[in-house]
Amino acid sequence: MSATTLDSSRAARGRHGWLANALRKIGFLPALLIVLVGLLVAFEPRFMGTFNLFNVLRNSSALMIVASGQMLVLVVGGFDLSVGAVIALTSVVTAKAMAVTLEAAPDDVSTAILFGVLAGMACGFVTGLVNGACVAFLRISPFMVTLGTSSIATGVALLLTNGIPVYGMPDAFVKEFGRAIWFGLPMPVYVSVAVLALVWFMQRQTTVGRYIHAIGGNMQAAMVSGVNTNFYLILAYTLCGMLASLTSILLTARLGSGQATMSGNLMLESIAAGVIAGVSLRGGVGRVEMVALSALFLSILTNAMNLLKINSKIQTIFMGVIVVAAVALDEFAKRRSRDARGR
Amino acid sequence: MSEQAGTLLELTGITKRFPGVLALDDVDFELRHGEVHVLFGENGAGKSTLINVISGTFAQDKGRFVFRGEEVRHLTPHKARVMGISPVFQEFSLVPDMTVDENLFLGRERARFTLLNKRAMRATARQIIAELGFDLDPTRKVGTLSRAHQQMVEIAKALLTDVKLLILDEPTASLTEAETTKLFALIDKLRAQGVGIIYVSHRMGEIKQVADRITVLRDGRKIATVAADSVSDTELVELMAGRKIDVLFPRIDHRPGERLLDVRDLTLVSGAVREVSFHARAGEITGIAGLVGCGKSELVRAVFGLEPIAGGSVSLFDKEVSSFDPLAMLRAGVCYFPSDRVAEGLALARPIRENVSMAALDLPGFARGQVLRRTEERRAVQEIADRLKLRPAQIEPAVGRLSGGNRQKVVLGRGLSRDIRVFLFDEPTVGIDVGAKLEVYELMKVLLDLGAAIVLVSSELPEVLNLSNRVYVMHRSRMVAELTGADINEPAVLACFFREEPAAAAA
Repeated sequence: MSATTLDSSRAARGRHGWLANALRKIGFLPALLIVLVGLLVAFEPRFMGTFNLFNVLRNSSALMIVASGQMLVLVVGGFDLSVGAVIALTSVVTAKAMAVTLEAAPDDVSTAILFGVLAGMACGFVTGLVNGACVAFLRISPFMVTLGTSSIATGVALLLTNGIPVYGMPDAFVKEFGRAIWFGLPMPVYVSVAVLALVWFMQRQTTVGRYIHAIGGNMQAAMVSGVNTNFYLILAYTLCGMLASLTSILLTARLGSGQATMSGNLMLESIAAGVIAGVSLRGGVGRVEMVALSALFLSILTNAMNLLKINSKIQTIFMGVIVVAAVALDEFAKRRSRDARGR
Repeated sequence: MSEQAGTLLELTGITKRFPGVLALDDVDFELRHGEVHVLFGENGAGKSTLINVISGTFAQDKGRFVFRGEEVRHLTPHKARVMGISPVFQEFSLVPDMTVDENLFLGRERARFTLLNKRAMRATARQIIAELGFDLDPTRKVGTLSRAHQQMVEIAKALLTDVKLLILDEPTASLTEAETTKLFALIDKLRAQGVGIIYVSHRMGEIKQVADRITVLRDGRKIATVAADSVSDTELVELMAGRKIDVLFPRIDHRPGERLLDVRDLTLVSGAVREVSFHARAGEITGIAGLVGCGKSELVRAVFGLEPIAGGSVSLFDKEVSSFDPLAMLRAGVCYFPSDRVAEGLALARPIRENVSMAALDLPGFARGQVLRRTEERRAVQEIADRLKLRPAQIEPAVGRLSGGNRQKVVLGRGLSRDIRVFLFDEPTVGIDVGAKLEVYELMKVLLDLGAAIVLVSSELPEVLNLSNRVYVMHRSRMVAELTGADINEPAVLACFFREEPAAAAA
């Protein structure tokens, strides 16, 4: 939405007042974010409490990481419905792997952690690889593939645990990593900033980013230009899966147990964050910095609804409305800019 | 330069089979250094398949591929580009959401360990655009450019690397006269440098202008390779069609009657058309000529209710039209045939029958209430297919399996499926071969005899000049002239453009 073309913003400047101009200068999303935070600071004293702020930061960090992976897949013109299931599976597998290795060698905590993290990341890697390979080689629609792998991953997670949380992770992993405060901020904040920086760099400064955008923008063009489209398609899905796993490891470390029901609403929220950030569902367009902003926006919005004691079921409905509205707005803006361009 | 006379590319016995079609059947082809070799043939003759084989998009099933004296196997698009084979596709190989320079370098970025060197790429892009004399901004997004400018990007992209073999697939289809002249100058320059050029085109005029040799394909087979200066237009067309074609344009008897369509001071919201007035009468073809992007297409689209109107009026059968939408227009007896048949005209996966009857399902002849009358539909559509000489005359295959000319007939068939008096043709023959063109013209003739009014919008000047009884000329969103009788000739139309040129230069 914020990605209105220069032409249309120029055309619009003449017609609308200063408010619209200011909006366009800052961008729609940041403006919305500022308004939301302003309202909360003014009317809801609990919002500024350290405990609450840390909560918001932790939640938004998790969403930012999943959403930046989701964005990569959206940019290649697909989407990944399996991120929620990958988060659940990773949580269970990480916890189980750590518990088992720790039991075998109770003194070697670092090996247990390393083993657990690797096993967890492998979940996302494998799921992403399968998703990508099915989309690239078998030409199955991303919707069906990821719906299928989502069901598979959820099933495996439930099978491994029977729905019971997995305990037995090393204390060091939970207390010194999962719930750590580094330089006054929760640990996940640093991880998410690092991930965002890496994704931004990849997107803007490397051929990988360029090819991912080209594939989403026009698959045929990328192919005849000599881009190995299958490779980059699979790469996008694999990165998405691994980022979902990373999110899961952070959440699991904080909770202290592996849970097959952990993902919550993250799948829908990650797509919502992308759409609100102006990532095109047709592929080719999307900026990770905007995705980060919209993840922050969604997290604060959820937090606001919690503070206002809005029923969680109503919140779920509200999230659905936001997603549909964001897509509709995006479509509307696109049509407007196309008309304004004319000839 | 010593290689000048030698062979650059030699294909022997190339065969390519797609499910159900033999696209290329034992085709030989030779291209020399510094030669412009035209591929000529009807739609579906195998030209596209051949250039796709040469550029590595498809692998041939059989046959030898020798490039610069070495046999090439397992060619990919990437490998082809590295070897110096640069295709300029008709279906653009550009990514709309990326900028011009990003597109130019797509697939061969200047990069170290995947890290992009953006500055170097932008500088090189500027340099090549300047060399080509194109009016292009490397930082613009390709999706915001006109078709002609996209074509320029496509050409610049092909020339970015050290090109040895250039493939141009109908490069002038969306270029203006001035841009075409520039392109031909460029072709001459490349030819002098020893670059071999494969040129695909349907336009006789430009073929004679650029070609050294011409290879004619028909039904996937090579019919002949001839020197361009030793063959006449008629001979070429006969080679292509495999039958005698006497005239390129049929003789049309115009019997102008009542005014069916009257447009006054029409202005569009987009500004593509400003204060345009024209009328069309029954029994005559009213031509609208103009350069690509002058607004002539938007004009007829607006009449059919496809573009928002800011001012002016449209009258049909002496009644002013109050609501502009396609269904109302169809019911009033107006039909529009879009230039982009794939994007706007046809549902490719659906059978011919459904595509033809699509615009008529609200008629009692096709449906009772909401329930379709399948037998009636089949009978009516079959009748239309016969009238249009659809080949093969079956109405159940999916439209996606038809060639360009047959697809156009399906679109036209839609106009015959209900009672239509005013036909708006938007570039009716773009991308279809001479044989199919002739059939479209013949159909127009039949429609005229039935008392229809035809509005013909076309960027192909000879077509408008030869078929129309009156010709309107549009330039830069305005109607600048109406020509009748002996005034309908090329210099008169061109004069209309040049008269406006000083203003254009100032803009």
